[in-house]
Amino acid sequence: MAARFVRRWDAVRAAARSGLLVSCRRWSGASTDTVYDVVVSGGGLVGAAMACALGYDIHFHDKKILLLEAGPKKVLEKLSETYSNRVSSISPGSATLLSSFGAWDHICNMRYRAFRRMQVWDACSEALIMFDKDNLDDMGYIVENDVIMHALTKQLEAVSDRVTVLYRSKAIRYTWPCPFPMADCSPWVHITLGDGSTFQTKLLIGADGHNSGVRQAAGIQNVSWNYDQSAVVATLHLSEATENNVAWQRFLPSGPIALLPLSDTLSSLVWSTSHEHAAELVSMDEEQFVDAVNSAFWSDADHTDFIDTAGAMLQYAVGLLKPTKVSARQLPPSVARVDAKSRVLFPLGLGHAAEYVRPRVALIGDAAHRVHPLAGQGVNMGFGDISSLAHHLSTAAFNGKDLGSMSHLTGYETDRQRHNTALLAATDLLKRLYSTSAAPLVLLRTWGLQATNAASPLKWLTPVIPAL
Amino acid sequence: MWFKSYRMTFSYLNRIKNFRYPWVKLYSTSQTTVDSAEVKTFVALAHKWWDEQGVYGPLHSMNDLRVPFIRDHLLKTIPNHQPGKPLSGMKILDVGCGGGLLTEPLGRLGASVIGIDPVDENIKTAQCHKSFDPVLDKRIEYRVCSLEEIVEETAETFDAVVASEVVEHVIDIETFLQCCCQVLKPGGSLFITTINKTQLSYALGIVFSEQIAGIVPKGTHTWEKFVSPETLESILESNGLSVQTVVGMLYNPFSGYWHWSENTSLNYVAHAVKSRVQEHPMSAEFVLKRETEELQATACTNPAVHEELKK
Repeated sequence: MAARFVRRWDAVRAAARSGLLVSCRRWSGASTDTVYDVVVSGGGLVGAAMACALGYDIHFHDKKILLLEAGPKKVLEKLSETYSNRVSSISPGSATLLSSFGAWDHICNMRYRAFRRMQVWDACSEALIMFDKDNLDDMGYIVENDVIMHALTKQLEAVSDRVTVLYRSKAIRYTWPCPFPMADCSPWVHITLGDGSTFQTKLLIGADGHNSGVRQAAGIQNVSWNYDQSAVVATLHLSEATENNVAWQRFLPSGPIALLPLSDTLSSLVWSTSHEHAAELVSMDEEQFVDAVNSAFWSDADHTDFIDTAGAMLQYAVGLLKPTKVSARQLPPSVARVDAKSRVLFPLGLGHAAEYVRPRVALIGDAAHRVHPLAGQGVNMGFGDISSLAHHLSTAAFNGKDLGSMSHLTGYETDRQRHNTALLAATDLLKRLYSTSAAPLVLLRTWGLQATNAASPLKWLTPVIPAL
Repeated sequence: MWFKSYRMTFSYLNRIKNFRYPWVKLYSTSQTTVDSAEVKTFVALAHKWWDEQGVYGPLHSMNDLRVPFIRDHLLKTIPNHQPGKPLSGMKILDVGCGGGLLTEPLGRLGASVIGIDPVDENIKTAQCHKSFDPVLDKRIEYRVCSLEEIVEETAETFDAVVASEVVEHVIDIETFLQCCCQVLKPGGSLFITTINKTQLSYALGIVFSEQIAGIVPKGTHTWEKFVSPETLESILESNGLSVQTVVGMLYNPFSGYWHWSENTSLNYVAHAVKSRVQEHPMSAEFVLKRETEELQATACTNPAVHEELKK
């Protein structure tokens, strides 16, 4: 009886998941369409990396993979001297994934910057926290998105016998298979492109960004809200050349401002602030902009005596208990000028899909979750999704399983939802906690930060922030 | 002898239909009149085999155990296997394939598989299901027949024979296993999954699973026909197959997953290998005699030993 109940419950869940409520059109197209084993919709950083991971997987040697990218192929003949303003912080775990299919070597041959320390501090108090690894190992790498994309494109070209890439191809319609196998109904997902061509696939992976077409077509609920913030990015020239292997982040009441090292003389700026302020920053002249940036990092205007005293008291107590652990606040390098035309803004929001998988569908990257850049985790969570999904699919392929079967897709979903939900919640909490200058919250976060910094096994925290 | 086995084949066929598929009695299997009621029943049946949450759900999840088991034991016999299709080049026979639940994973791993089942509807379902996948369509062939019917034409052609959840439905297990042996190449593998004949298997396998919880449809199994690993082993040995491994399997009805177990008192899987010395199995004496003769011959060719013998 228990089993009957369990089976019925599973059947209900399965029926709901397989979208019985979503219209299920019978495919009337040609049955001579190519049947792919996996189609990845979306050729951005995460989509292209997913196609690479599967293309280089040993148990996928016999399989056919298709990558659909709406944009044109980006060819980088020569690395331009000016750095791109869109960069990502790549954690050591993501670097391991990229090197597993040979893309990291290409990145190393182009350019990247390792950072070994991270200082995070408050604008309203002296409290700060310093992250670093034992022996000052690399905590993470700052790499331009174009460089990563180029490395992935090169690796995809090398496995073109298994992975087909179609550029300027946008899927306009997805047709789902019937929930139960029937005599004349194809069990595969059907995809129609803008130019009318059609394909069938056993598994559709949605890597098409936070406005995912795959997610919407599957009818998967998405919890999302917009932050009242936009992020301004720019490439900055430092006043003088330094070792530049520290990442700096200061929490202002209007939002966090971060300086990420690119080279000895260049750093990348990510400044999350209100929409109005962001628009001002982008339109003001370069000198004013540079002043604004320097002042954001250096000014103590938001300090209050009350908080300073309270903070000093705790610091004294910490000093008594742990005399060796003294963290003096260091100031980031000052900025001399900004690269012309490198200032851009984009809106920020949070998003999380209620389900990552459906029969024959899986979501990865921003299609599944969208996060605030304050922790530098967005693309790393996407790469984590790829590691998990590729592992589950590889095992399934070696067991001769149908790749679109829910039995292993739910394993991927459980793995990643556990990890991503925690990180999303923590990032959102931090964002809200640091968005205010109200004294009680400032006191709370000041003491909290100082205490966390003093607790020497801070290594448990370092995995949460940059590494995976 | 020939006439007797012919009769037994027919009774075996009839009994298989009745015990395994009780609902088959309800409608005519005549192919001249096709009416909508029959089509409806066919559609309902088709959905049952490949519905992972349906009545065959436990068989679907059993693949997580039996496919790696078969794959890993067969890989030991292949020196260099191709990545992506590790069983490429192997010919496998799936006896009592049903809707093709085990046949398809073996096909995906690169093997050429022939699936046979005496029930026409099952083969139709299996045929239909694999027809959508062009790769599987080429690698798998289905036939409506019993094992005895193809023994003659397929003697010693298969690298492996798989009889999963079949022997507990067969009337004459000795004949069945003899046929399995005959179609195997020397050195080929036989994989059997079945249910042990114990008090526990009666309590859990019949009373609980069929009558109380409904995990298995009522009337699917008969306890008297369950086979213990010891009985199975003795029949296999007498047919020239040596049993390599016997491992127990346990089904958790709450999670829906199977697990390996040391305990073989419920479900178990057995792997046996056909001996490479391909003589009549009852001529063990003959083999011994030949071996002693060979030893003496080699002894005679060795001059030192010859000297010893002379002395």
